[in-house]
Amino acid sequence: MFGYYLDLALRSLKRNKALTVLMILAIAVGVGASMTTLTVLHVLSGDPVPGRSAHLYYPQLDPRPMQGYQPGETQPMRQVTWIDGMNLLHAGRADRQALMTGGRVAVQPENATLDAFYSDARYTTSGFFPMFGVPFRYGHPWSASDDESHARVVVISAELNNKLFGGRDSTGQTLRLSGRSMRIVGVLRDWRPNPHFYDLTRGSYNEHEGVFVPLSTSQDLNFDHMGGMSCWGNAGGGLHPSHTSTCVWLQFWVQLNSPAKVAAYKSFLVHYSEQQKALGRFERPPNVRLRNVMQWLDYNMVVPGDVRLQTWLSFGFLLVCLVNTVGLMLAKFMRRAGELGVRRALGASRRALFAQLLMESGVLGLAGGFGGLLLTFFGLWLVRRQPDGYAALAHLDPTMLLVTFVLAIGASLLAGVLPASRACRVTPALQLKGN
Amino acid sequence: MDILPILASLRRHKVTALLLILQIALTCAIVCNAVFLISQRLHRMQLPSGMAEHELVQIRLGSVGDGSDAKSQTQADVAALQRIPGVQQVAVVNQLPFTEGDASNGDLKLKPGQQTSTLTVAQYFGQNVVSTMGLHLLAGRNFQPEEYVDLDTALASLNNGSAQGFPQTVIITKGLAERLWPGEEALGKTFYLGGDIPFRVIGVVADLARPNQFYNGIENSILWPMRLTFAEGGSYLIRCAPGARRAVLKAGLAKLKELDPGRVVLEKRTYDDARSAFFAHDSAMSDMLLSVIIALLLVTGLGIVGLASFWVGQRRRQIGVRRALGATRGDILRYFQIENFLIVGFGIVLGMAMAYGLSLLLMQHYALPRLPFGYLPLGALALWLLGQCAVLAPALRAAAVPPVVATRTV
Repeated sequence: MFGYYLDLALRSLKRNKALTVLMILAIAVGVGASMTTLTVLHVLSGDPVPGRSAHLYYPQLDPRPMQGYQPGETQPMRQVTWIDGMNLLHAGRADRQALMTGGRVAVQPENATLDAFYSDARYTTSGFFPMFGVPFRYGHPWSASDDESHARVVVISAELNNKLFGGRDSTGQTLRLSGRSMRIVGVLRDWRPNPHFYDLTRGSYNEHEGVFVPLSTSQDLNFDHMGGMSCWGNAGGGLHPSHTSTCVWLQFWVQLNSPAKVAAYKSFLVHYSEQQKALGRFERPPNVRLRNVMQWLDYNMVVPGDVRLQTWLSFGFLLVCLVNTVGLMLAKFMRRAGELGVRRALGASRRALFAQLLMESGVLGLAGGFGGLLLTFFGLWLVRRQPDGYAALAHLDPTMLLVTFVLAIGASLLAGVLPASRACRVTPALQLKGN
Repeated sequence: MDILPILASLRRHKVTALLLILQIALTCAIVCNAVFLISQRLHRMQLPSGMAEHELVQIRLGSVGDGSDAKSQTQADVAALQRIPGVQQVAVVNQLPFTEGDASNGDLKLKPGQQTSTLTVAQYFGQNVVSTMGLHLLAGRNFQPEEYVDLDTALASLNNGSAQGFPQTVIITKGLAERLWPGEEALGKTFYLGGDIPFRVIGVVADLARPNQFYNGIENSILWPMRLTFAEGGSYLIRCAPGARRAVLKAGLAKLKELDPGRVVLEKRTYDDARSAFFAHDSAMSDMLLSVIIALLLVTGLGIVGLASFWVGQRRRQIGVRRALGATRGDILRYFQIENFLIVGFGIVLGMAMAYGLSLLLMQHYALPRLPFGYLPLGALALWLLGQCAVLAPALRAAAVPPVVATRTV
């Protein structure tokens, strides 16, 4: 039966080629536009650390003065001060923890053919690598004792290693950073979490550091700070923030492996705030948050508003294309009332007619899906040429490929239901008489 | 021609006609809002910066060393840049209008000890900024040399808890002055920043847009007499004749490299390039909206052609009968044109309501103003035009049906 219906559908589609092409094009364009924007949205709202994100939490504190505080409404700071960061780090209440901030160092290659260049850097503590599951190609992360001894060690990215050492194992070699000699202890594999969740002040997408330096060492060597900083009272920023200033400029992440530990950590934060208030450092009542990775990304609204707008727009467009297809199919099916009447009179059930007509819309959907897929590739190519930081990430993955066909066929079957159900309600006698 | 028979015949194709009306309504709603979004983007891209935009070149360097001699180096750089033929003025400045990245912002208060800040301002500072940028001084004066302080001393004194090392005076924009003291003379007035550090207004400039964060008020900018070095993130801003910019940029880079080859060039561009890079996203978005509009109109237009052709095919007999009974070709043509006009008209009425609803939805989720009513008649006109163009070919085919068709059975 399937083969017969397919044959009928193809014959019917061939009979009116211009209309068939028009319907396929409408579906293809609608699907192409929706899938392009949906893919961008899918890429941008993805999980940057799959498998780990649910256990990674971002503690927030509120060390500001009472001025402007509205209980229950004011959100705590998005970063921590040096003092609070160090206190939380040394308290060590979580399964793993790391304190970090962004920066920039001048890389001065030994190789005279390369000019000195700046590289984005991350100044952090040893917990960073195991906590985020950072993969190593060569060597290993630095240790907690390196943090304490302010060791002159550095971990570099695969990209920087390729540029400086042609991809060879460079561990043990010396690297000059902003005029200081550092020993390479580790080289990463390709690791680019998108969004750049652990520090959103450095741009949300396609930001990756070439150099990782112990936080303590970076402060010793006066390396430049880069990234967001908020101050209150009489405090100013600059490239070398003071450790005692009333500014937040560091990020603190913890790993908490069970809900009980999350609850315990939250009460620890409340307790810490109370303690700091008693000491006179904090003025506000405890105002803390403990968000996991996806909640933190949501709260910061990292997916650009324009991308959401484009997605809505393209689905509106798909809707118009579908209504268009429904109208055309309806007209087409109704016109075949005579033929359908003959089939009914010869004994075909309504169900059979309905299946036959839906087959026709399914074939349209499949063709539209192929067209839509081509247009999606074209659309994503256009997106990648856009100036945004995230643009380069826009690629189709197998999931979205499947979604494209499901969307195209589902949409055209949906579009076929109304016309088919109306068309197969023909009264055979009336149609036969008319002819 | 009588409309009633057309309506009566439409009632026989209720579902198809309703679908077409729905399609036109959706198209109308989306197109009206998309055109409005484009106009918003275009407006944003044309915002004035207040500077002599076509005469400026920016070079930003990063230091590799510890920056201990950055002050003398910066002085030497400025002197060298000034000597390049064609260069009119050179400034060192911490930030520029319409650029991405970290911007210096502060919370402004009108009274010391005020609970919540009045508004947020962008803080510009550097050497020789007002005249190099070409800002238009409306009232008061520019900074005097003795008013300038060094950024590092100002920051050091702040971190020691005193505002002594900070500048006392400030130049503000006209827009900010009007927001702070509506209808009053701003010169000589004082406001407070940070932990109640007072600043006295000594000058008012026409415009100076903030680098970004326009939701804080694009015109809310202030200028401080504060010196900074290239190592503290200062950019060299060079003013020259528009035609000389490329040559000056090249000569400037060569000069700076000659003075210290070890530095890293972080930015080298004309201000026009900087500006278009900042708005590249808006221009891409309006291109995208424009292609959606075109595609929508195309799909809807083709949809009308398709449906109208079907109707013509279906009604060949009726048309033949009408022709046989004396209707002229023009009558048949007009019949289809009026039918289309009515359908599109219904679609537009529904579409306007939907456009308005969509606009309310967009206002809720995005910082957008309400769709101005002027867009609705424009959208209506566009769709009517589209409908008439689309229906013309099928209608002509209908008009060409000979009366003899009436006598045939199929």
